Amino acid sequence: MNKDNQVLEELTSKEYEHGWTIDIETDSAPKGLNEGIIRFISAKKNEPEWLLEWRLKAYRQWTKMTEPKWPNVTYPPIDYQDLIYYSAPKQKVQPKNLEDVDPELIKTFEKLGISLTEQKRLTGVAVDAVIDSVSVATTYKTTLAELGIIFCSFSEAVKEHPELVKKYMGSVVPVNDNYFAALNSAVFTDGSFCYIPKGVRCPMELSTYFRINAANTGQFERTLIVADEGSYVSYLEGCTAPMRDENQLHAAVVEIYAMKDAQVKYSTVQNWYPGDKHGKGGIYNFVTKRGLCFGDGSKISWTQVETGSAITWKYPSCILKGDNSMGEFYSVAVTNNYQQADTGTKMIHIGKNTKSRIVSKGISAGHSQNSYRGQVKIMKRAENARNFSQCDSLLMGDKCGAHTFPYIDVENNSARIEHEATTSKIGEDQIFYCLQRGIDEESAVALIVNGYAKEVLNQLPMEFAVEAQKLLALTLEGSVG
Amino acid sequence: MLTIKNLQAKIDGKQILTGVNLEVKAGEVHAIMGPNGSGKSTLASVLAGREEYEVTEGQVEFLGKNLLEMAPEERARDGVFLAFQYPVEIPGVSTINFMKTALNQIRVHRGQQPLDAVSFLKLMKEKMKLVEMDQSLLNRSLNEGFSGGEKKRNEIFQMAMLEPKLSILDETDSGLDIDALKIVANGVNKLRNKSNGVIVVTHYQRLLDYIIPDFVHVLYRGRIVKSGTKELALELEAKGYDWIKDELALA
Repeated sequence: MNKDNQVLEELTSKEYEHGWTIDIETDSAPKGLNEGIIRFISAKKNEPEWLLEWRLKAYRQWTKMTEPKWPNVTYPPIDYQDLIYYSAPKQKVQPKNLEDVDPELIKTFEKLGISLTEQKRLTGVAVDAVIDSVSVATTYKTTLAELGIIFCSFSEAVKEHPELVKKYMGSVVPVNDNYFAALNSAVFTDGSFCYIPKGVRCPMELSTYFRINAANTGQFERTLIVADEGSYVSYLEGCTAPMRDENQLHAAVVEIYAMKDAQVKYSTVQNWYPGDKHGKGGIYNFVTKRGLCFGDGSKISWTQVETGSAITWKYPSCILKGDNSMGEFYSVAVTNNYQQADTGTKMIHIGKNTKSRIVSKGISAGHSQNSYRGQVKIMKRAENARNFSQCDSLLMGDKCGAHTFPYIDVENNSARIEHEATTSKIGEDQIFYCLQRGIDEESAVALIVNGYAKEVLNQLPMEFAVEAQKLLALTLEGSVG
Repeated sequence: MLTIKNLQAKIDGKQILTGVNLEVKAGEVHAIMGPNGSGKSTLASVLAGREEYEVTEGQVEFLGKNLLEMAPEERARDGVFLAFQYPVEIPGVSTINFMKTALNQIRVHRGQQPLDAVSFLKLMKEKMKLVEMDQSLLNRSLNEGFSGGEKKRNEIFQMAMLEPKLSILDETDSGLDIDALKIVANGVNKLRNKSNGVIVVTHYQRLLDYIIPDFVHVLYRGRIVKSGTKELALELEAKGYDWIKDELALA
């Protein structure tokens, strides 16, 4: 259809909204990676000896590992010696509170629509802002501290709560877990840390906003969330990056540790720069996210809306160790132009009566490739384990691809596993029905796509759901074929 | 308000409409009847602007504008409404959300302010009554899992919401039991007024017992071969379509 192609053209020429850069003086390490660089990073951050040792151990492991080749994505080899592994916005003094933060940085986040000024926030969301791997500000710290909640940058946690960091860092994602996790463990610069004490229900959403600014820089941040017995927290993560012609590497690690009856809800709206419409530039988003339902009756729920990045490689997973524990994964992954996504989840059932639920909605447009890859593993002693998986793919146009790779591995006969998968195209009948009611084609597609992804979008906290809906519409408006 | 002159159209290379002439004035209800495959639904689709149909000949003027040059959404915004024979399902999109999007785009087109949630809800409640529609149905995904009758009622509900100038009901009676038929017809009758035109496309006379037309036209092999008043519909009901075919063969 000619008209559809035209709309597709228009859409694909839409600019990435957050493609600007800011002029902030940065303090960087020279290019390349070796033990010297790791010592440099560690020294820059005044780290204790044990952490340096931890990094060096990870680095040595990493040098023995090879990059994974099994994902359904292609990209030219990455020259790990051509990257900068440390870049921090220069600040004269370490900010103690928001007044001390460089106004340029505050402006940066305001441009992103994230106000770091607490009183300006309409809803109670505490924010940790991370720019080029370094946390620049954390809001609402005192309010949270009154409840015993620790929410701060990773670096601060290393200094203030070394016993917690030492105990839980690497307990869910071991340093040698995979190539990118090992790399992250060696060179990570900052990130967020969160601890919710026993029986505390965190009264506000905790949120981290990541921003890559400097050129030729990899971003390697770590997030560690520890939820003690019977606690609850909802955590949000958002991210953007400037438009640059070269690809940039983002290799993060997120670890969640849930004790008995604890509940953690982790939501991501990923909007890294996807590259231009010819596939030039964009972020390589190689991320390891995993939650451990350690205690009985614990629950970890991942929700992700993936719209950005040139390549996405991530599988937020749950290890259901505690009896009666539960894991959830809700995902909308949208790819357009030449984006590639290989994403999904792993649900490892170890404990008795463990349950997991997977709802994955892939949307492919343009020349993009979108793969769902998921594993459901029921171990021997996981009596009465239950899993439900729903994997839907929506295609727009005839040059994109949707793939599903489900792996099911059952070692206990009492398990019950359901898997449903559908592939559909946006129907011309649906579009025409909308048009006939006076709705223009772009709004019609946005409406249909948001309807398609509704089950997942409904899982997002209110503030994020609206943003995610807009983002979906912006990425896909009019790509019908 | 609507003048169709020598309208010819084809789909997939097959000629369906072979020269339709029709004039609909404000306040009038026209019934278009005809045997299966005579082109009734094609006429409705061409007027609404479905892309698959290619207009090969003729003109259609709607309120002084060349309708055939307008995009489907422009026709809708200018007041052309098609009640679908097979209403489409859109999973995850509630009828309320769908109608709000549609109504507000139409309002913006007319230079009006979009309705806020409160006024929209008020309007909706008012229009729901016309077709005895339950709000729980409107909260559900558009037409998904609706019965045949619910789908058709939903079409008339949407018609009531959008207040079109020209409504085209494409076989709205098909698949309806007599109670649902009465509700739907009742809704349409309440929406009839001096400034609106209605085209009722139907295979059976039954619907016309409830929606009394001013004119009845018989469409056969892609053109209108006979026009009359509501008595023509009764005659068709009694005698079937064959006598018209015979008449044509003789002529």
